[in-house]
Amino acid sequence: MATVEVTFTPLPAHVRTARLVATAVARRSGVAESLLDEVRLAVGEACSRAVEAHQLHCPAEPVRIALTDQAGRFEIEVVNTSQAPAGSAQAGPGSAARPGPTAAGVPADAADSALGPPGFSLAVIAGLADDVQISETAAGTSIRMSWPSSGPVVSGSPA
Amino acid sequence: MALEESVDLKLDHHTKDGIEIVEVEGEIDVYTAPRLRELLIELVNIGKYQLVVNMEKVEFLDSTGLGVLVGGLKRVRAHDGSLDLVCTQERILKIFRITGLTKVFGIHGTVDEAITNRKSEK
Repeated sequence: MATVEVTFTPLPAHVRTARLVATAVARRSGVAESLLDEVRLAVGEACSRAVEAHQLHCPAEPVRIALTDQAGRFEIEVVNTSQAPAGSAQAGPGSAARPGPTAAGVPADAADSALGPPGFSLAVIAGLADDVQISETAAGTSIRMSWPSSGPVVSGSPA
Repeated sequence: MALEESVDLKLDHHTKDGIEIVEVEGEIDVYTAPRLRELLIELVNIGKYQLVVNMEKVEFLDSTGLGVLVGGLKRVRAHDGSLDLVCTQERILKIFRITGLTKVFGIHGTVDEAITNRKSEK
């Protein structure tokens, strides 16, 4: 069962909120402070991809994030219920394509599109998350990422 | 000098030694990156082809922001210009390393260093 679930309207403005929530839950789940920046960036990338896909295919459908802490792992699943954008890559654990510089010195897929080059976001996610699984189904795309955690952090004292 | 401000991103720019310095403060993400892109396009459109983007006060940068910087680089290079970065924050530099963009951008420790390096390459 997810520790926390968040759904939000697919608008870029809400991606920041999703990042903040994911980082807060990760901290509470015992993810090391040194990894929180990676969690924040990776979930932001996944949510940005989902927002882009939803805006293209199903703007009325919310993006869903599930944050789960179990068995020493903190897992984030970002689900978009739209079809993946044309040309998007699939990646297994650590296998996301990493855009390399071309002979001209600028990555070939770095077209200055409205939401940035899609290959970059997968490259960033794969480079940051400890484990990444991307699955495409008829219902849409799911990105699962996880990091080691030490279990729920108990802070403060009862009033 | 132009000043553009919002809660998440502050943009400013000024000329120093003939090079346009773009000051960026806050978060560059899917929501705010379009404003940085618009500024870079605006600068190129008024003939500013030598740019230094100071990212020392950037708290967050994602792939959308990277795409905007790469787009800016392509635009200035089309005019034989340059776009260098100033950044010493490890969490920001990490994103450039992951994506291989450290080989594409000149990344410097200070604005003065970026200017000096650019002048020496002319």
